[in-house]
Amino acid sequence: MKKKNLILVVVTGLALGAAGVGLMLLGNPANMGFCIACFVRDTSGALHLHSAPVVQYARPEIIGLLLGSFIVSLVTKEFKARGGSSPLTRFVLGFFVMITALVFLGCPLRMVLRMAAGDLNAWVGLVGFVLGVYIGTLFLKNGYSLGRTYKKNAVEGAIMPATQVVLLVLLATGSSLLAWSESGPGAARAPMWIALVIALIIGGLAQRSRICQMGGFRDLIMLKDPHLFWGGLAIFVAALVFNLAASTFNLGFQNQPIAHSEHLWNLLAMVGVGLGSALLGGCPMRQLVLTGTGNVDSAITMLGFLVGAAFAHNFGLASGGEKIEEGVRVSGGTTEAGRIAVIVAIVIMLVIGFAYSKKKETAEA
Amino acid sequence: MKKVDARGLSCPEPVLLAKAAMDAGEYPFAVLVDDTTPLENIKRFANQNNKTIEVDEAGNEYTITFVK
Repeated sequence: MKKKNLILVVVTGLALGAAGVGLMLLGNPANMGFCIACFVRDTSGALHLHSAPVVQYARPEIIGLLLGSFIVSLVTKEFKARGGSSPLTRFVLGFFVMITALVFLGCPLRMVLRMAAGDLNAWVGLVGFVLGVYIGTLFLKNGYSLGRTYKKNAVEGAIMPATQVVLLVLLATGSSLLAWSESGPGAARAPMWIALVIALIIGGLAQRSRICQMGGFRDLIMLKDPHLFWGGLAIFVAALVFNLAASTFNLGFQNQPIAHSEHLWNLLAMVGVGLGSALLGGCPMRQLVLTGTGNVDSAITMLGFLVGAAFAHNFGLASGGEKIEEGVRVSGGTTEAGRIAVIVAIVIMLVIGFAYSKKKETAEA
Repeated sequence: MKKVDARGLSCPEPVLLAKAAMDAGEYPFAVLVDDTTPLENIKRFANQNNKTIEVDEAGNEYTITFVK
């Protein structure tokens, strides 16, 4: 049983790493074959929640991940509608996790894919991410808890999967209700059906294995339990092997696709992503997978991601990537508003951490 | 027997509550959970710490008894 679970988490990691590079080779943006933050942001744009023309596409990877988890949890009878654990606080945490991820330019998954492609900026991000998770474990040790969840009507848990089915229909029919990028990352797309099937498989695997990159570091730090960490390592190894094989490995800080080299802000932004994810109990991918299993709190968190992504672009908080304009390299970077947002995000996360650590719940039944 | 109610709590909280009870050293004690994720995590935690556990399932709730 124990060994089977370990194999499952490693297989999920290897599949994610392979999919991350594979989907990039099939047309997704560079070092962004699979990214939860970036793709939720693209979906947010497709739904006209923001109007940045280069990042609007209802990504089938998000739909597939959520529905894969939903289908598998129905089959294994693990689908259970539950919620009520400080939903608005989770919304706020999701909102700020997304904003900090878009200042760094990636969620923990893309961070690892970037690391495996030789992008040293992502290694700086990793330092921040681990630091953020570490701060989160300090709160957990002090009794941090967002409170219990309670059973809900099954309909409540099925609402988010249902919205993904609607989105899939709009996507598959090329509906003009959605916004479609004509250039930029939002126009870089792997074939829809291939991306959908891969994401469905990964969603199912992730539901079974409970893979989570925040959880990997958290359990390693708090419980000396490397179980989930092996999954994160597997993502890295698979992506590294595929990048080397496909000659898409490029070591350095400069000339990295959809990235910037402001070390302090890469680090601090990922502190926010790590801390926020630790306070939420899961990184962005895990939140989507949990949403598929009927977890309404994670569904609210996902709405926080969507709104956070919209704010990030509507208020100029998201960073710009390095790009070539008329043959000249233009370095990307953060915006002043984005830097302020990172500080605000970390402060609010710390306030939430302290506020929910104050009273230790009596554990006696 | 001491019972720790970890129902409705998300990981790692159930494991941390089990750890706190384990550190207190009063055996046997039971941890109540209502999801398979904390169930698996507590099983793994007990295994790593060489603890003997018994699991009783009733509906969607699990009682994990740490024997010694």
